Amino acid sequence: MSTLRRARPRIAALALVLTVAMTAGMTTGCATVPASASGPTADPFESWNRKVFAFNDAVDTAVLKPVAETYRDVVPAFVRTSINNVLGNLYDVWSTANHFLQGKFQSGAEMGMRVLTNTVLGGVGVFDVATEAGLQRRSEDFGQTLGKWGVGSGPFLVLPLLGSSTLRDTAGLLVDRQASPSVLPSASADRYAVTAMELINTRTNLLSAGNLVDSVALDKYIFLRDAYISRRRDALYDGAPPMETFEDIPDAPPTPARPPASAAR
Amino acid sequence: MFDTLFPRRALMASSLVAIAVFASPATAAATPEALVRQISVDVIDAVKADKAIQAGDLGRITALVDSKVMPSVNFEVATRSAVGPQWRQATPEQRAKLQTEFKSLLLRLYAGALTQLKDQTVSVTRTLPAAGSTQVVVQTEVKGSGEPIKLDYRLDKAGEGATAGWKIIDVNVGGIWLVQNYRSQFAGEITKGGIDGLINTLVERNKASGK
Repeated sequence: MSTLRRARPRIAALALVLTVAMTAGMTTGCATVPASASGPTADPFESWNRKVFAFNDAVDTAVLKPVAETYRDVVPAFVRTSINNVLGNLYDVWSTANHFLQGKFQSGAEMGMRVLTNTVLGGVGVFDVATEAGLQRRSEDFGQTLGKWGVGSGPFLVLPLLGSSTLRDTAGLLVDRQASPSVLPSASADRYAVTAMELINTRTNLLSAGNLVDSVALDKYIFLRDAYISRRRDALYDGAPPMETFEDIPDAPPTPARPPASAAR
Repeated sequence: MFDTLFPRRALMASSLVAIAVFASPATAAATPEALVRQISVDVIDAVKADKAIQAGDLGRITALVDSKVMPSVNFEVATRSAVGPQWRQATPEQRAKLQTEFKSLLLRLYAGALTQLKDQTVSVTRTLPAAGSTQVVVQTEVKGSGEPIKLDYRLDKAGEGATAGWKIIDVNVGGIWLVQNYRSQFAGEITKGGIDGLINTLVERNKASGK
């Protein structure tokens, strides 16, 4: 994340974002709707992505995961929950902004209420009282906002340390980081500390999933790639994307001698 | 708060099932929503009551899935959709093997999700028809301490007359269709080593993960 931090002057960052976003739009022919999630996924950067993926995996095993495990074992649960809630409340502020940027005023207002409730009644977000009150978190990020605005997702991309993304979501992430909790402190050392805290917190939240992916994926890269694309597509349409056809293979009479070409859909 | 709400949901679900069963003797089947609601309630109740399941005991989870979920799943349709056109070339033995192995794979995935369940409640949010087919998607939301998790079921009407009923053919967790998410990986294995290659990879993966 340090590379992102260096993209400091915000105007420069924004210019970069717009350039990347436009490129993403062009590569996908400015498609409003991202490519279908089913069928073979176009993955022009696959060989590069796989290298970064392997690198990330190694870093995770060697550094991130052990750090997260230590954090989980050493820091008491209520402290971890408080930190998670405070960070979550700060993320919610930016989510709220994105609801409005996407024209979703009702959910935006609800998220705004959520932030207010947790900030005022929840002690600056330490307690997530809003969820108890029925104000559920609905996260939105700038990548989704760009998608709503018609920017195509662009090719799948694995970012060093940050993991699965697309060209569009990378652009979105650069903007998201300008609104992240780490921009709050004025001293740069504190900013790094907050960024590190965000990273550890995020990784710790994923610990309970364990090595699930390792045990269910035939090809971990493809598994996570397809899952990411499908998840983001779902999020873009707020949980109701245009339905994919569930490609069934109607049971033709078993004639094993047939050449594969006759297996037309 | 959620716990106090829960019995009401359970009651509602069972009464809905009752209404569906008695009101439409012709189809002799619950509505897809009622089916999904009942499975959700059954599974969550079972998980809450069983510490072994919460700890991820695969044997117990398998028993739970076999008794509560599998009767409402058309696993053959799910498997052949994941396998793709090559399914037609597969022998009955290969097909049976593919189903067995795919099931243990998905069971582990499902078990991983179940261990995350604690004080959640499930509510059915909406049902969307799939255009140009008899399928529907029933959307539910699992609410707990964090952000609500989307849990959708794709169902298709199977059979005629007295045996007619809705069967689950895919499940979506957090935006990911579990069966569909295997299509590319299966296709990759079939390209490399045919149906037998895919079966071998599945067997090895299941063995390595302790089944």
